[in-house]
Amino acid sequence: MRIPKAASNPVSDMQRSRTRKNWLLSAPALVVLAAASSGPLLIVLVYSFLSAGEYGGVVWKFSTDAWFNVVFFRDIFDGTTTFADAHMTILWRSVRLSFITTLITLAAGFPTAYFIATRPRRNRSLWLFLITVPFWTNLLIRTFAILEVIRNEGLINIGLQTLGIIDKPIQMLYTDFAIMVGMTYVYLPLMVLPLYASMERLNFSLVEAAYDLYATRHKVLHRIIIPLVKPGIIAGSILVFIPSLGAFVTPRVLGGGKKMMLGNLIELQFGAGRNWPLGAALSVTLLALVMAALLMYVRTTQRHSGSVR
Amino acid sequence: MVEKQGTGQANTEAPLPAAIYAERVTKAFGEGKKKVLALDDVSLTIEENEFFTLLGPSGCGKTTLLRLIAGFDQPTAGAIMLRDRDISQLPPNQRSVNTVFQDYALFPHMTVAKNISFGLEMLGKPKDYIKKTVGDMLALVKMEELRDRRTDQLSGGQQQRVALARALAPRPQVLLLDEPLSALDYKLRKEMQIELKQLQLETGITFIFVTHDQEEALTMSDRIAVMNAGRILQIGTPRQIYNQPADRFVASFIGRSNFISVEVLSVEGRRARLKLSSGREVISPLPDNWVPRGRVTAVVRPEYAQLVAGSGDEGDLQGVLENIVYLGTDTQYHIRLPDETTFVTRSQNQCQETEAFEDGQSVSVVFKPEAVQVLRS
Repeated sequence: MRIPKAASNPVSDMQRSRTRKNWLLSAPALVVLAAASSGPLLIVLVYSFLSAGEYGGVVWKFSTDAWFNVVFFRDIFDGTTTFADAHMTILWRSVRLSFITTLITLAAGFPTAYFIATRPRRNRSLWLFLITVPFWTNLLIRTFAILEVIRNEGLINIGLQTLGIIDKPIQMLYTDFAIMVGMTYVYLPLMVLPLYASMERLNFSLVEAAYDLYATRHKVLHRIIIPLVKPGIIAGSILVFIPSLGAFVTPRVLGGGKKMMLGNLIELQFGAGRNWPLGAALSVTLLALVMAALLMYVRTTQRHSGSVR
Repeated sequence: MVEKQGTGQANTEAPLPAAIYAERVTKAFGEGKKKVLALDDVSLTIEENEFFTLLGPSGCGKTTLLRLIAGFDQPTAGAIMLRDRDISQLPPNQRSVNTVFQDYALFPHMTVAKNISFGLEMLGKPKDYIKKTVGDMLALVKMEELRDRRTDQLSGGQQQRVALARALAPRPQVLLLDEPLSALDYKLRKEMQIELKQLQLETGITFIFVTHDQEEALTMSDRIAVMNAGRILQIGTPRQIYNQPADRFVASFIGRSNFISVEVLSVEGRRARLKLSSGREVISPLPDNWVPRGRVTAVVRPEYAQLVAGSGDEGDLQGVLENIVYLGTDTQYHIRLPDETTFVTRSQNQCQETEAFEDGQSVSVVFKPEAVQVLRS
């Protein structure tokens, strides 16, 4: 009885000092995060409760107008309020396109990650390297490359016309489709890498065991592989969905002025719209959306963590 | 309704064909210069209800042969028959063959019961049949209390039992076991050896067991195939393999051996008269219809030779006692022969016995009848 009691103290002391040391190690990162992230966020939150200055900026007068304007639209002339359709359309487009982008990157990234994970070990790093090659080029340039491909006088339309399959160019640029293609292209590596990480850990003798126990290929995928790489699926989905929701460059270039997403709407308020509080309120809305999505993911992971190692 | 007859049905049938028949199976990995023959023209027959062991050092091709039977790989040449049906090109999920993997390969996201029912679910068995079979299997491997545990909460021995139950649940025609005991500690391994043999007798399923542990092979097997470098060197009962090893590799891989050079004086029927280095003559049985000539190598197991004091004429070999090794159950004597080679004998210890010999003493070795076995190579 006495011995474990005496022994437990030094152990817990050691643990405590180790915890303290780990905190110290993460201090630089925490300082940077606090200064560069929490500070500006706080400013944005404060701005969303102030009044708009006439030529941009803010007037230090408390107001909830900005938040009101996120959801409602007040007519300048007769003062009637209506539901802010334009904002809701943009919000819905952002969520919808981000969701579809996540699904497409998952559908395309899953077999890719599986392919890499099943290559001989020495070849895998080459494949992973190839996946990261697009990151070498600036995002803007990559997006303009897509534009070159899908515009009316672009590669696809000219090609199809030359082959005589179509006589009029298909309008792809400045549509939701264009934004989706762009985002899928840009965010695909962010899906492949975490998927690969969890597939690489997958014990492939489990796959053999399932085949051995009369499972078809389809059953092996659904009963063994997908449940076991779920952490990777979730991580990849978060990494694609969240930046898609706030995407700015891609919808700007490929969606033109008409097909805006939340990021563009926010930019408009801080720029030409000269309504900083509304921009700030929209930013906080976006942040809340991201948090809600994250929370949902965390809850699903927790429910499955009981079954996934 | 038909299913209810179960094992009774199998017994009333005409004699079954061989469980597994491998005909001139070759398996090559790689191409061109890097080509490696993992299996080189291997043929073998494994009977129904047999506990058959593939024994050999790592890289001898035993696991490759097992994977070909399971269907994870296809033979480069030759055919594998399961009860007269060529299964060489069938995928694993279409063969009535199940495997117990070396690392068990239990599904970590399923409970013990779910692991066991997996094969039955994939076969589309009715729910109540699955439930009953899972219960039976849990009872068979004595794991009833742990049915709802996750598999990573089990000890090595328990995981082993679940892997066995999972592979046996679909009642395969052949069960393959790929070194399933190698991850267990010595004591547990000994227990599982007996249990595995018992399980095979109870279920009446053909077991094909792969191991590099000769003791394991001798303990459990009905028959053993000793393999090396992609070939089968000898197939026989544990007794045959131990007492009449076909060649030097088999003799040295299984048990301890003394190799001595002998001269063949004459061969009468299946017996040979041999002259030992000491000049004495012994009669040795010959396997098969092989006729040795001239100088050949013979093997003598340490326990088939007895040590006597003095260098009298009654001994088959004379030498000087170099080392005495006490092993508890028995004692090993290392004797230096006149030709500077070492000969080892072993005798069982009796209770309250004091050591009768001492180092440096002149001794003679007396062979028990048929102790000398001539080797082909």
